[in-house]
Amino acid sequence: MTGTAPAASGVLAAATVGTPALNFVIFAFFVVVTLVIAISAAGTNKSTTDYYAGGRAFTGWQNGIAIGGDYLSAASFLGIAGIIAIYGYDGFLYSIGFLVGWLFVLMLVSEPFRNTGRYTMADVLDLRLRAVPVRAAAALSTLTVSLFYLIAQMAGAGALVSLLLGVNGGTGQDIVVAVVGLLMIFYVLVGGMKGTTWVQIVKASILAAGAVVCTFWVLARAGFSLSGLLHHAAAASPAGNAVLGPGLEYGVSTATKFDFVSLAIALVFGTAGLPHVLMRLYTVPNAREARRSVVWTIWVVGLFYLCTLVLGFGAMWLVGGKAILAAPGKGDSAVPLLAFKLGGTLLLGIVAAVAFATILAVVAGLTITASASFAHDVYAGIMRDGDTDPADEVRVARITAVVIGTVAVIGGIYAKAIDVAFLVGLAFAIAASANLPSLLYSLFWPRFTARGALWSIYGGLITAVGLIIFSPDISGDPGTSLITDPHINFAFFPLTNPGIVSVPLAFFLGWLGTVTDPNPPDAARYARMQVRALTGVGAERGGRS
Amino acid sequence: MALFQPSRGTASSTYPASSTYPANSTYPAQPVRGNASGYEAVRASRDFWTLRRRFGSFVGPACMLFIGWYFLYVVFAVFAPGFMRVRVFGDINVGLCFGVLQFVSTFAIALSYRRWAARRLDPLSDRLRQRLEGARR
Repeated sequence: MTGTAPAASGVLAAATVGTPALNFVIFAFFVVVTLVIAISAAGTNKSTTDYYAGGRAFTGWQNGIAIGGDYLSAASFLGIAGIIAIYGYDGFLYSIGFLVGWLFVLMLVSEPFRNTGRYTMADVLDLRLRAVPVRAAAALSTLTVSLFYLIAQMAGAGALVSLLLGVNGGTGQDIVVAVVGLLMIFYVLVGGMKGTTWVQIVKASILAAGAVVCTFWVLARAGFSLSGLLHHAAAASPAGNAVLGPGLEYGVSTATKFDFVSLAIALVFGTAGLPHVLMRLYTVPNAREARRSVVWTIWVVGLFYLCTLVLGFGAMWLVGGKAILAAPGKGDSAVPLLAFKLGGTLLLGIVAAVAFATILAVVAGLTITASASFAHDVYAGIMRDGDTDPADEVRVARITAVVIGTVAVIGGIYAKAIDVAFLVGLAFAIAASANLPSLLYSLFWPRFTARGALWSIYGGLITAVGLIIFSPDISGDPGTSLITDPHINFAFFPLTNPGIVSVPLAFFLGWLGTVTDPNPPDAARYARMQVRALTGVGAERGGRS
Repeated sequence: MALFQPSRGTASSTYPASSTYPANSTYPAQPVRGNASGYEAVRASRDFWTLRRRFGSFVGPACMLFIGWYFLYVVFAVFAPGFMRVRVFGDINVGLCFGVLQFVSTFAIALSYRRWAARRLDPLSDRLRQRLEGARR
């Protein structure tokens, strides 16, 4: 596995920037601080409500910032700025899709979801349809999306740290990925949801502050003129003024154009299906606070993406696309390199440590989501038929967290050559196809039945994953595919993102499965669902409200 | 969009009558039947009908609006890159303004939904919840 290190390994030796020793000290400082936060905030974590939902005691703004922290992963901070630095405007398209999707979460999902579930997405489907197979399907899609997202983050960690700590070569990166995995398992086991939420809040605040400071710095260098910045960036790029408009990455051919439309569908419908975002809605006392938290998230995420636009073009101008592509991690290293150009070794160390803390916090959030889904849905809900005591369920969740952490480490080691933002785009496509249709149908369509849910979840999941397997991501393009052997080619789907097919298909299958279901819809259950969703009757309240 | 449209009148008009369907033929009836009558009554009430209609009348159009606006942007970015490159002032072009407007519209819709929901939805849902929870005690 060490043989498949990034193709750029030839330049690794020369590419470490800053002082590895100083970077290491700053990294260690961040890790210690976040560990102290996680431990001191953790409390006892004996009940399932404590462990999965932080006692439902967070306020709207706290949770809003924490959701922002979960969402602004390494893919956003490093990936999008990197795409802007290399391809210009096309990176901006990503950030808009990532932001606009939040309106779905705000208006259609947050309140009814908080009102009708306890810990997981499967809870909501279960209240409506009351069927063990549906719970199993929802748990499976939750686990799949979480794992995809986790592996993306782990892959990013390896590239980042190799740049900053001078850890060169495949084995060194593998060790870094393993250390990230160990730290994350520790956060989750000790901190539970309460601990990881506080880590998320602190991290998101530092991340936002860092982004704003760097943005001002870049703008100051350009004389506080956005037009001036764009002018300098275009002048520094070999593509010239083309970087200021769309099309450099996605306008190459008809296939790439539809690829972008496909990605746009995945991004805008995927956000509302991300299990680790949805699970955060349960950490507040009631639906009203859930609504407030999503509005806070929209502010945090939106302002952050506006900063990434400046940072990306700033990196294009001050660092240059060539130097970025030559660095390990390629586009993902644009922001660290920009920080080095602006503020020297110290700022580089701080920015990199923030990015590292981001990865740690996001993987911890994902792990807790996946372990909750397994322990609550699969173990307690299906294997034990709801008959478990909380301590037992929490114990299973902790064991699952260790298992998932291990799987993510192994996956991260294999996937480390792949672009982070791209992998996250795939996770969004799976979330948009497998999770969102059945969730929306359950909440708003009176006729929806268990068969419709099964068809929609499995249809969306299998189509999305299947089309990825038979796409150029996996085989057929020796330059970018996972399988680099040019003789192996089983790619028949021309696009790299499956969203344009799998999302509409999952909605269609949900409808088709329902209208052909011989069992009639359960009117009494829908009445209960709708009353609870809109009024909050019967929803679990928080510790303090 | 049918998804958001409240059915006219009461719950029983959506389905002939809940007794026509043996609603719980597959699964044990116990957990639903316990509260079903309370929920059905609330669902059939005037207040709940108003709540649903208000929710749908804001959220339905708002979702159509932002999805249409977003995909309009995507289509222009992909299929009309020349238009997006037209300069507005300095090196700022149409594409950048269009993109930033997506941010502005997202913030605006989020804030107006929050204010609108606090004013128009919350009092109604509070009243209904109190009625249901009071009845249960």
